[in-house]
Amino acid sequence: MDAPAAAHEHSHPGPWVYTKIAVVLFILTFLEVALYDITDKGRPALVAQIFGPIFIETLLFLSAIKFALVAMFYMHLKQDHKLFSGLLVFPLTIAAVVVLALITLFAYLHHLHPALK
Amino acid sequence: MSDHAHAMPLETSTGLDNRKLAIWTFIGSECLFFATLISNYLVYKGKSLVGPLPHETWTTPSGQVLEPVLEIPLVTVGTALLLFSSFFIVLSLNGCQKGNRRAFVGWLLATIAAGSFFVGMQVFEFHKFYTEKGLGYTTNLFGSSFYTLTGFHGSHVTIGLIWLISVLVFGLKGKVPPEKSLNLEMAALYWHFVDVVWIVIFPVVYLIK
Repeated sequence: MDAPAAAHEHSHPGPWVYTKIAVVLFILTFLEVALYDITDKGRPALVAQIFGPIFIETLLFLSAIKFALVAMFYMHLKQDHKLFSGLLVFPLTIAAVVVLALITLFAYLHHLHPALK
Repeated sequence: MSDHAHAMPLETSTGLDNRKLAIWTFIGSECLFFATLISNYLVYKGKSLVGPLPHETWTTPSGQVLEPVLEIPLVTVGTALLLFSSFFIVLSLNGCQKGNRRAFVGWLLATIAAGSFFVGMQVFEFHKFYTEKGLGYTTNLFGSSFYTLTGFHGSHVTIGLIWLISVLVFGLKGKVPPEKSLNLEMAALYWHFVDVVWIVIFPVVYLIK
């Protein structure tokens, strides 16, 4: 391994950073489930009113944060060579396009072909 | 793996270990695989003509009321443990890279235990859905898309567990010294991947109605 690449490979964070990330991940998961419970039961009413209409968006946002934290710190993409990030981000972009395209096709363009209904 | 993988320069065009490039390429392909399964689940979401349904009760033509299939508390515990298993394995990798065999083996055992609980939770859940709630693979669109998505994820976790156990066995024999820590790192990358996939599946399947 050449020197610059080797330097990238050996600058992984330590246990303290990993612990902080674990705490954040746990809190975000707790928030997800708490939001589900609040919007499901409608209590407290104010929180349910605020997050009810944006429940799905909030959950997806929290999931994206968790995904990014694990990828950046636990999978070491923040410290490792950028090529590894590219190998994840490029397929992820295609994956997002695939998901959006299929949902658009089946949810909004299903009138184009009987088989899509 | 070469004993001197980190000690000697690698003669690759990137200067990076080809095995690590390979596992990242594989993970990239897996992203597309799970994207199609998640798309499949979302496309068929709410289109089941008969019950049981994920979040709503369903009354059969004969008047029998079927309860909602999904139960959040158990799967939340499983999700938390899978997240913690990612934490455990980075501590194991840290121990391995620093030559701390106790930390390496101990945290790897914790990872395997957490992963085993997750798989056990999923088996229990599938069994309960099938026997008590009447949700078979071909019962309705929800059953087919749910079992396909979560089943493929569960099989990936199981393969990850087998991989981790094999690294543990080699570790116990003293065959994973710091200079061979990439063997554990590749298994850890795969393990983190199944974790991040679940980070997406959990809200999409269990929380979004």
